[in-house]
Amino acid sequence: MSALLEIAGVETFYGNIQALRGVDVSVEKGEIVTLIGANGAGKSTLLMTLCGSPQARSGQITFDGVDITRKPTFEIIRMGIAQSPEGRRIFARMTVMENLMMGGTTADPAHFDADLEKVFTLFPRLKERQGQRGGTLSGGEQQMLAIGRALMSRPRLLLLDEPSLGLAPLVVKQIFEAIKQINQEEGMSILLVEQNAFHALRLADRGYVLVNGAITLAGTGRELLARPEVRAAYLEGGH
Amino acid sequence: MEYFVQQLINGVTLGSIYGLIAIGYTMVYGIIGMINFAHGDVFMIGAFIALISLLILGSLGLTFIPLALLIVLIVSMLLSSVYGWTVERVAYRPLRGSFRLAPLISAIGMSIFLQNYVQIAQGARVKPIQPVVNGGIVVMESPNFVVTLSYMQILIVLTTLALMAGFSYLIAKTALGRQQRACEQDRRMASLLGINVDRTISLTFVMGAALASVAGMMFVLYYGVIDFFIGFLAGVKAFTAAVLGGIGSMPGAMLGGLLIGLIETFWSAYFTIEYKDVAAFSILVLVLIFLPTGLLGKPEIEKV
Ligand SMILES: Nc1ncnc2c1ncn2[C@@H]1O[C@H](COP(=O)(O)OP(=O)(O)OP(=O)(O)O)[C@@H](O)[C@H]1O
Ligand SMILES: [Mg+2]
Repeated sequence: MSALLEIAGVETFYGNIQALRGVDVSVEKGEIVTLIGANGAGKSTLLMTLCGSPQARSGQITFDGVDITRKPTFEIIRMGIAQSPEGRRIFARMTVMENLMMGGTTADPAHFDADLEKVFTLFPRLKERQGQRGGTLSGGEQQMLAIGRALMSRPRLLLLDEPSLGLAPLVVKQIFEAIKQINQEEGMSILLVEQNAFHALRLADRGYVLVNGAITLAGTGRELLARPEVRAAYLEGGH
Repeated sequence: MEYFVQQLINGVTLGSIYGLIAIGYTMVYGIIGMINFAHGDVFMIGAFIALISLLILGSLGLTFIPLALLIVLIVSMLLSSVYGWTVERVAYRPLRGSFRLAPLISAIGMSIFLQNYVQIAQGARVKPIQPVVNGGIVVMESPNFVVTLSYMQILIVLTTLALMAGFSYLIAKTALGRQQRACEQDRRMASLLGINVDRTISLTFVMGAALASVAGMMFVLYYGVIDFFIGFLAGVKAFTAAVLGGIGSMPGAMLGGLLIGLIETFWSAYFTIEYKDVAAFSILVLVLIFLPTGLLGKPEIEKV
């Protein structure tokens, strides 16, 4: 049986600039996989490429046995992938509730109440703020909303792009706990992009290191944490 | 006083027609950030479809007016929707992601094409039609002036109110409306939530066209004459209405339409009728200079 997500030899370009140079990444069912790398390494590009925006110029992306490399974004999403993207991209002029409803676009409306309840249990703050406009939320609240919105579609694969960016340590801890909880309780597969390599590698089953658009290291979270080159490049000074 | 009230009634009627057209400008601008320059011509096409289907129904011997009007309404909304959809497919979608002026140029081309197409198919002369809805109510009377509110005017204002209420509800409360607003705010994120952005944009053009065709039908019933060129003037005025109200804002389009209708009517009533079009254009220029976001335009206050 093949993996839930299989990225093989993917190359992505922005005009003439090559952002991904033959990337191989896989995510098994129920796994948390993390992707770490410096600014501009191509992490966000990889998450967006697997959602078809931009499309890969070469290579193949398979989700649940289906080739999705050339599919339009909305069809890929409808197969059961959700992304909390870089910069959060909350709909600023919509309320928290409307943002969550947008997250449920592809879901069966019969699940809506149950899913909403789950998101509110995970992030009680969102429940208090449900009538407030997205653009007026604090950064941490927006991050919770971005993750909550992604969960509303009941994805089989959840893509998280730097969920801890710019947040206070306490909020980061909350968010990481939430990720763990989602994974354990729902068995949801998660591909997590992080700058916060220490937290991410401790949480993840496996990890990849992306440098200049290519994978240079792969292994279990524990293995990568122990590698001197990972410690030197991504862990010094920060946790 | 009586004269004033009569002008008020006439102005509100005209304003309703402009408001219906203005909604199409504002919705399309909201979602793709561009003006649909062929929108006025879709209004004109709607008027022609209404006229032709009225004549056909008449020749078939359908004399029950309410039913005839309902059929005409549905037929012109459906057929004009096809035109609105085609405008997007031909003039806008292939050029999305191209430089900003390209789709404007192709839309103007589309506009000229539609005008010529109707001119050739229907002839260049004005098309008259027998009054369909006759009669009215006397609202006020004085020895030398009678204020009437015609049934046609009542019909126009009520239809407009009903459509605007329906569309406001659709935008604010339904899944389709939320998807449209999502595409307006962040198209890429909308697609990341599984929304078919292309389809949503098409639907927006279709909805605008359907409303414009209702305006066209009201126009032909109210004035009794149309030609292939009515889309240009009505289009520019409705566009002015949309800008005055705040482009991108639905309530703004309605308010703007009402104001332009009133201004134009009072201008012709109290100053000179020759310059009534100049009034609308002057407002456009003044608003663009002094109030570019319009009366109800969205202030950009959000932090993101
Ligand atoms: N829309 C774009 N047009 C042109 N170049 C782009 C575009 N988006 C990203 N790039 C380039 O592609 C490379 C990878 O960018 P990407 O955003 O994927 O990096 P990242 O690993 O997510 O970085 P960060 O940690 O800063 O978010 C960078 O060199 C970036 O400048
Ligand atoms: Mg990034």
